Amino acid sequence: MIEATALSGPVQATLLVGAIFAQAVFLYAGYGVLGRVATSLLETITGT
Amino acid sequence: MEILGLSLGLLVLFVSFGFMVGVLFGFFGMGGSFLITPTLLLLDYPASVAIGSGLAFYFGTSVIAVLKHYDVGQVDYKLGAILFVVLSVGIELGSRLVFGLEALGIADLVTGVAYVVLLAGIGALFLRRAYNIDDEAAESDVADEEIPPIARKIQSYTVPPMISLSSGGRASAWTITGAGGSVGLISGLIGVGGGFIRMPAIYYLIGTPLTAAVGTSLFAGLFSGAFGTFTYGMSGSVDLTVVSLLLVGSALGARIGSAATTIVDEDEVIVYFGLMMVFASVGIGLSELANWLGTGALDLVSVLLLVGSSFVVASMILYQVFTSITEDDASTQPTPDSGD
Repeated sequence: MIEATALSGPVQATLLVGAIFAQAVFLYAGYGVLGRVATSLLETITGT
Repeated sequence: MEILGLSLGLLVLFVSFGFMVGVLFGFFGMGGSFLITPTLLLLDYPASVAIGSGLAFYFGTSVIAVLKHYDVGQVDYKLGAILFVVLSVGIELGSRLVFGLEALGIADLVTGVAYVVLLAGIGALFLRRAYNIDDEAAESDVADEEIPPIARKIQSYTVPPMISLSSGGRASAWTITGAGGSVGLISGLIGVGGGFIRMPAIYYLIGTPLTAAVGTSLFAGLFSGAFGTFTYGMSGSVDLTVVSLLLVGSALGARIGSAATTIVDEDEVIVYFGLMMVFASVGIGLSELANWLGTGALDLVSVLLLVGSSFVVASMILYQVFTSITEDDASTQPTPDSGD
């Protein structure tokens, strides 16, 4: 488990919310870019 | 071998389970945290950690859903803001109830029973919908912008203070508080995002048109998910590793599930979604029975029913996508005599 037990409860909870938010944005953008790259790669390979 | 404190098997399980939940979420539009919390309970995570992590996962999927649907159409921002406040109060009360029940040593039992009832109820509703699908298809053409009769009846009781809705109607603050507070309490108590009860509550009890109910539910859910994560995060009851692994899988699955809605007819798989909920309910029921009997013999059956049923339904969607794509490819291939 990733822990930040040295920090106070509210700070730890705020960091947690921020970390999940950042991860969700990163995953959304990352998979979006990956999808576009994969699509263009497939189009190049199939010549469509 | 352990990575981030988890065995390789658990790591793969969480990512693949997140992927399956993401496919179901993307396809059916439900958060999926109601599958996460009971699975964590079955894997022997404490009730507060299972619930807190379920809410945190819901928050993450909500962020992705809002990013995807940034143009959510009609959103009643005033209603969404009021709902956020009452939902947060409900979640706070629900979480305090969980910690109180944990102190009494009955939190697992209460959340387990609540899940059995909730999942069986949702499963029954979906099976009923699948059974009446032809009748509903005939009604759906006129339903989107209309307010259901029960909501009109509730709106007719003008108990002040009254709140103006963006759709033009008015709802009593007591109705909004009661509906939002109850949904928040359930969310905080059993660790679900509550989209599947929040949206119907906005539509049937407060009385906004269906399109506005979906957008407003999403808007309020994002903030209530963040608040739920914060509340459980304060006591260290969120396993960030588990949530992160689930999100890695679900973000990809949600993209595929969402794309699948343009290829696969929801009516063809909705009956399986209902059955999945019923199997999940039976799985949790068996787990509770095993705990009561003091034996772990039924735990494997519980996990298989819960994870297996969602895996089967997600696989069916993916299979139908695959067959649709291959059929399209085959139909576009020139036949040997097509040039004649």
